[in-house]
Amino acid sequence: MRINLPSVLTPLAGGHHTLDATGDTVGQAIDDIARRFPALSPRLRDSHGAPYPFVTIYLNDEDIRFLGGFETPVRPSDELSVVPAVAGG
Amino acid sequence: MDGQLRLRNARVAIVGVGGLGTPAAMYLAAGGVGTIALIDGDRVDPSNLQRQVLFTDRDVGRPKAAAAAERLSDMNGEVTIVPRALRLDSANALAELAGYDLIIDGSDNFPTRYLVNDAAVLLGVPSVHGSVLRFEGRVAVFGTTTGPCYRCLYPEPPPPGVVQDCQDAGVLGVMPGLIGVLQATEAIKWLCTLGDPLDQRLLVVDGLSMRFQSFAVSRDESCPMCATRRITSLIDYDAFCAPPMRAPDVAAMSPAEMASRLGIAPQVLDVREPWEWELCRIPGARLTPLAQLDDVMKTLDRRAETIVYCHRGTRSLQAARRLRAAGFAEVSHLEGGIDRWSVEQDATIRRY
Repeated sequence: MRINLPSVLTPLAGGHHTLDATGDTVGQAIDDIARRFPALSPRLRDSHGAPYPFVTIYLNDEDIRFLGGFETPVRPSDELSVVPAVAGG
Repeated sequence: MDGQLRLRNARVAIVGVGGLGTPAAMYLAAGGVGTIALIDGDRVDPSNLQRQVLFTDRDVGRPKAAAAAERLSDMNGEVTIVPRALRLDSANALAELAGYDLIIDGSDNFPTRYLVNDAAVLLGVPSVHGSVLRFEGRVAVFGTTTGPCYRCLYPEPPPPGVVQDCQDAGVLGVMPGLIGVLQATEAIKWLCTLGDPLDQRLLVVDGLSMRFQSFAVSRDESCPMCATRRITSLIDYDAFCAPPMRAPDVAAMSPAEMASRLGIAPQVLDVREPWEWELCRIPGARLTPLAQLDDVMKTLDRRAETIVYCHRGTRSLQAARRLRAAGFAEVSHLEGGIDRWSVEQDATIRRY
């Protein structure tokens, strides 16, 4: 499936705005890109592998927090989007 | 005409008269919103002019609220502008924001964003959120009667240093303009009850690809602010956003532990003086005398593991604490300093 990254994270993902990932759950897909781009890992989940309260991950257009978190099942046609909190103005 | 009358009777408070607040204020004033409060404790800085288009060179040094009020009154004399040259905080927020129909959050830091959200929910006033970082922006309407609030989207702020702020990452001048105008659009829609507000959606704008995406945002039934209402008064937002450092936050390393991290930890700082550095040093370190730490800090990566050492471990502990306080995520120091390193790790290092 496709994972969309915010521009602030693209330098940690080899310059890519979108990455292809494999996995049966959101967590496995995140694991997959974290393995390929280790510098991304701490920006996507904490040191225990849990989601951060300040980084929202959308499965298509739904917040995974209200689905099943990292356990939420995904299909290859799904799209994940990483949307961290930003405060700038 | 009905819409114009509604705007004329409306009262809008804008928090932060910066990159977001100035374009929003211009369109609200030009559009005839009857009363506009401008809340900002800052003064105009030359670095603001690239994006805060309400200000000119002549305004540099003046309070933003006063300078903006003057320009907006020139634009539309029918509009009442209420300049409030103060920093919004837990003590004044409810009084400052009471009596307004809508709040525009154009602030530039997490403590103020949670403060504005909480005050708006407590007052029962919707807030139009806008935020930017580099080429990206976000817009949403929070705190409506049934909709989510900012805490439903982000229950907790990131620890300092985890997300870059605009000072570190920079902002493309036109991005806050774009987002501020979208905030004004949402405000006018809301006041005139036009169209579909962004009250259940987060709009994410990527200026580089020019993609506009919106995502569902629902009220979190466990949200202590807008759902369970467990939070009934404003809190200390600086503490909420920067939990106090505990002593173990700076790890003390033995020479053996440090040796195992050399070549892995990307930042090793020697905080001694140049004359000490000439006598001996640990390979891979960077000379950063304590007095220069604040300057050097700006060039370092706050997310990367950082190890600090000095002669005996006193200056390095002080430096490590300062790095942690500045938002460096992972900092340790060599207990006993290079002196102990010489004894336990590398006898070729000269002791002094």
